[in-house]
Amino acid sequence: MIRASHLRKIYPDRSRSSPRSQVVAVDDVSFEVAAGEIVGLLGPNGAGKTTTMQMLTTLTRPTSGRAQVAGYDLATQARYVRAAIGYVSQRGSASDDSTVGEELVDYGLLHGLSPTDAFARGRTLAERYRLDDLWDREVGTLSGGQRRRLDIAMSLVHRPRLVFLDEPTVGLDPASRASLWAHVRELRDTSGVTVLLSTHYLDEADALCDRLLVISGGRLIADGPPAQIKRMMGPDTLTVTVPSETELPDLLAVLTDATGEKPEVSGLEVSVRFAGGTGTLAAVLARIDAAALTTASVELRPPSLDEAFFALTSKEVAA
Amino acid sequence: MSAVRSTAVMFRRQVRGTLRKRAYLAVGLAQPVLYLALFGPLLGAFAGQLGANPYTLLVPGLLVQQAVIGSLFVGFGLLRDMQAGVLDAQRVTPASRWALLTGRTLYNVLDAAVQGLILVVLGFAFGMRADALGGVVGFLLALLLTAAFCAAGYGLAVTLKNQQTFGVLVNAISLPVLLLSGVLIPMSVAPGWLQAVSAILPTTHIVTGVRAAFAGDITSTAVLVGLLWTVGVTIAAFMYGGRAFARANR
Repeated sequence: MIRASHLRKIYPDRSRSSPRSQVVAVDDVSFEVAAGEIVGLLGPNGAGKTTTMQMLTTLTRPTSGRAQVAGYDLATQARYVRAAIGYVSQRGSASDDSTVGEELVDYGLLHGLSPTDAFARGRTLAERYRLDDLWDREVGTLSGGQRRRLDIAMSLVHRPRLVFLDEPTVGLDPASRASLWAHVRELRDTSGVTVLLSTHYLDEADALCDRLLVISGGRLIADGPPAQIKRMMGPDTLTVTVPSETELPDLLAVLTDATGEKPEVSGLEVSVRFAGGTGTLAAVLARIDAAALTTASVELRPPSLDEAFFALTSKEVAA
Repeated sequence: MSAVRSTAVMFRRQVRGTLRKRAYLAVGLAQPVLYLALFGPLLGAFAGQLGANPYTLLVPGLLVQQAVIGSLFVGFGLLRDMQAGVLDAQRVTPASRWALLTGRTLYNVLDAAVQGLILVVLGFAFGMRADALGGVVGFLLALLLTAAFCAAGYGLAVTLKNQQTFGVLVNAISLPVLLLSGVLIPMSVAPGWLQAVSAILPTTHIVTGVRAAFAGDITSTAVLVGLLWTVGVTIAAFMYGGRAFARANR
């Protein structure tokens, strides 16, 4: 659905006095997105996520590189690309001066639907995105969550095969975020729409995306499913909590001996890197039991996406 | 998607937005009244020196002022849409970028036509004398100029992308036009050196042409020169505005 090849975008640096100063916003980024995938473009602020999105949605012309979007060449078939995609920018799409219904119908008309079809499609989307009661409300009076649902509905009026969502949940409360996630999943599951979404919320990327593209300093530094990105951080962590300090020395000895790693102590918690699988875990637990140690809890936890992300991006900054 | 339908959608959106802003409507409609009521008597004090009815000079001048200065400021509305993501959303539809520009501009021309009509009708009420056919010609010239400066204002807005910079630049363009084109007071009463500087500005010739048309001299050189300048400025403004719209963000 997307095939981006060596995309690069250079802007003049307006913060510098020299007219020749430049900023490389996106640097040699290549990736592919298959039909039906939900792919997250993950990175800190200023990483190049929005610029990448703007290039792929024809809003910004790449300085170099090529891309095929929804089967069309970005450089020579921009109009076909626009007819095949939906886009929600991080700033929104809807105008304060219009009503919900007017926005849905207008965008249908701008996408070439007949007035009758634009109205019918607008009504269907309003119902699907719980906006039907708000049809005659001015956009300026909507809540953040309602506005975001409208933005997404507007991007779907022409039944696009591919939707770009640029930081779709920024500024939303937890309930609205969860609701939006459900809508994004439903979009793929019921309509087969491919989604490329940018975010800097790691929990969102973890919960929603089939695959992540981690971008930092304008460069793509990792590409894979969330679980694979997490595994790049190394093994799981085994944390054993004991009820009293008297148990700690024996527990440290058992864990060191069983894993070959040096455990770390924090209060009554002992954590150790744990490369073994569940079979080995059973053996470790058996040794704890054999040593007659009492435990309050045992937890085996994979590295979090936060840890992986910070490790990846800090490596990039250091490089 | 036909360009005509996209243009119509954009036009209707602008009209709808304005009709919802009653305060904006009231201020817009009050402006011509204020100019005629408060500036007309001032100009009347120089009636002998000017050799004409002050309102016959003032109304065409105000039409051009509205076409130039009022139109450049439409860029602020576009900047607001850009900041709200509205323009990007429209630019990701298959609608032609020209249609996005033309639809907005046509609305601005309608807005200027309504304000201009009020101005002309009130001008007659205040004592303006004008030729009917010439008045229509002068009015149409002013509307064409409105379209030109709206296209330029939109082009500047998408190029600069910043309200503060846009405001400074629009003021830098508007002030010389206001002071040097003889919009409010004909340059015929100005010293020779100021008239020479004024002659450099296309708007000076356009104001002179519109005034001549209102006076009934529609076959005069002044009207022809004003028309040629207006057409030239319009072509240049639309080429600039259209290219800026198409290239925004690049």
